[in-house]
Amino acid sequence: MKQGYALFLVAIAAGALALVPVLAPPFYANLLVPFYGYAIALLGFNLLFGYAGLLSFGHALFLGLGAYTAAVLAGLWGVKEFEVVLLAAALAGLILALPLGWLAVRYRGIFFGMLTLAFGMLAHAVLFKFYHLTGGDSGMRVPRMHLLGLEFAAYNKFELLAGPFYYYCLILCGLAAFLMWRIVHSPFGLHLRSLRDNAQKAAYLGVHVHQFRLAAFAISGIYGAVGGTILGFRTGLADPELVYWTHSGHLVFMTVLGGFSSFLGPVIGALALTLLQDQLQSLTQYWRLVLGAILALVVIFLPRGLAGLAVDLGLFFGRRSAPSAASTTETA
Amino acid sequence: MSPQAPTAAPPRPPLGVSSPLIETVGVGKTYGGFRALEDVSIAVRAGEFVSIVGPNGAGKTTLVNLLTGLLVPSKGAVYFKGRNIAGAGPVTLATQGMARTFQLVQIFPELTVAETIAAAVVTRQGKRWRLLLPLVQDGEIATRVAAIAGMFGLASRLATLSRLLSQGEKKLLDVASAFALDPQVILLDEPTSGVSTAEKHAVMTTLVGAARAAGVQAIILVEHDMDLVAAYSHRIIALSEGRVLADLPPDEFFADPVIIETVVGKRRGVSC
Repeated sequence: MKQGYALFLVAIAAGALALVPVLAPPFYANLLVPFYGYAIALLGFNLLFGYAGLLSFGHALFLGLGAYTAAVLAGLWGVKEFEVVLLAAALAGLILALPLGWLAVRYRGIFFGMLTLAFGMLAHAVLFKFYHLTGGDSGMRVPRMHLLGLEFAAYNKFELLAGPFYYYCLILCGLAAFLMWRIVHSPFGLHLRSLRDNAQKAAYLGVHVHQFRLAAFAISGIYGAVGGTILGFRTGLADPELVYWTHSGHLVFMTVLGGFSSFLGPVIGALALTLLQDQLQSLTQYWRLVLGAILALVVIFLPRGLAGLAVDLGLFFGRRSAPSAASTTETA
Repeated sequence: MSPQAPTAAPPRPPLGVSSPLIETVGVGKTYGGFRALEDVSIAVRAGEFVSIVGPNGAGKTTLVNLLTGLLVPSKGAVYFKGRNIAGAGPVTLATQGMARTFQLVQIFPELTVAETIAAAVVTRQGKRWRLLLPLVQDGEIATRVAAIAGMFGLASRLATLSRLLSQGEKKLLDVASAFALDPQVILLDEPTSGVSTAEKHAVMTTLVGAARAAGVQAIILVEHDMDLVAAYSHRIIALSEGRVLADLPPDEFFADPVIIETVVGKRRGVSC
């Protein structure tokens, strides 16, 4: 019943998002494209944080990897098919995540966080300094690509993003969410949650603690790289700022805002921050200050984030409507 | 507790019909200059309920950690079903048929009772790497979880979060999850700690009954309560200052006032 209700809400939300290019000005569809990139990346990020209990402060590394993979394949090597780029980015994410994860998952808490931060900063330094390879602070161009073999030549970039690419990302995000749903509800997902709660007890129940953490790290790396490919396609650029630590902080912000204890919490956080940031930037030059204050308020008053608030409100109104329904029955 | 380099293991004892399920041969363990265990040789065979007792600092925890493959002995070897398990680690032993419970209750606070037991059932059924199969669709796991929960009186609490259980229920869940591995040997580290005196025998009766039902071949109990030790053990191994002081059946054990004085420091019948 509860799951059916949640599925109903998800269907409503997906329907509303599908109507954005039809009903809202193209600006909003274009604005929401990065949301899909972040949503996919955060689904992976939260497998690591919410389900395996490992908070990475360098996860933007994988978003940058996805964008640079697109830049190299499409910009340098002339690959036109976005699906090929997506697969290559996912593979690159896996290949990078395995050695980094192998080193990082031996640690927990602040040590894991600092190690991942260090990986991110190393990547930033490489991208920034190796100008002849990476374009330095100018980054690398990500040209537009074909979607499902279609060039969409009649569309300019803005129209492509606000139309076909928007729906492409919506479906990709839906598939990524479905796949992640299966993963977190699988026996593998159960073992991940068990080691998050009590690694020693989990080991005595036969949970391969390090192997499972590494697997979660690798999957999150794949999701991050795929998300980064969308960001690169949208801006047409892969630049070092994508892997900078503040961008990793951005991912943590979105996750906390939406709520990491809920499956869709980080996705809600990504949507909320994308819209909030746009509105605040148009209102005040001190938008970062306002965002910081909002984050502080969320941590203090909504530790389970917006998703937790939604659940609590649903329970509150459910309880209120239950007695009134009962009294109606009695009156009748 | 990082494993240390083992010394050369003594030759493996020959396997036979009455071969021990678990055995230590001349085991010693030192931490820096401190000798926690010295020349400890014990064996537990199928069908046995063996208690390990001793005063604080006698080396019980070290021995338990050696028996569960968490520590590597500085001297000697530990065999489980004829294989040297020095430093094998809990995961390997869990899959090979050894389970352990802890003195301090160990649960997964944010998992339900069903999920906690399922975590062990998943291991037992070799389904841990199934990434895309929803747990709820696996009837085999659900059936086994329900059976284990039933054995421990937790059937009505399957959907309850572990952190919301009473202390006694948490203890039962801790043990139930270990039983869900279908172990051949289970090591119970003070399973009644934190349980009221009146309930201790009830808890032990539940554990022994569940062990029989689950087909557990041997139980090793680490316990301070000598009444429980006397009531359930086939054999009692007493440790003192890292050495085996006695390895006797209960009648002989409790007939020796020197052993009782050394191990308990009080007369029998008084829990410590």
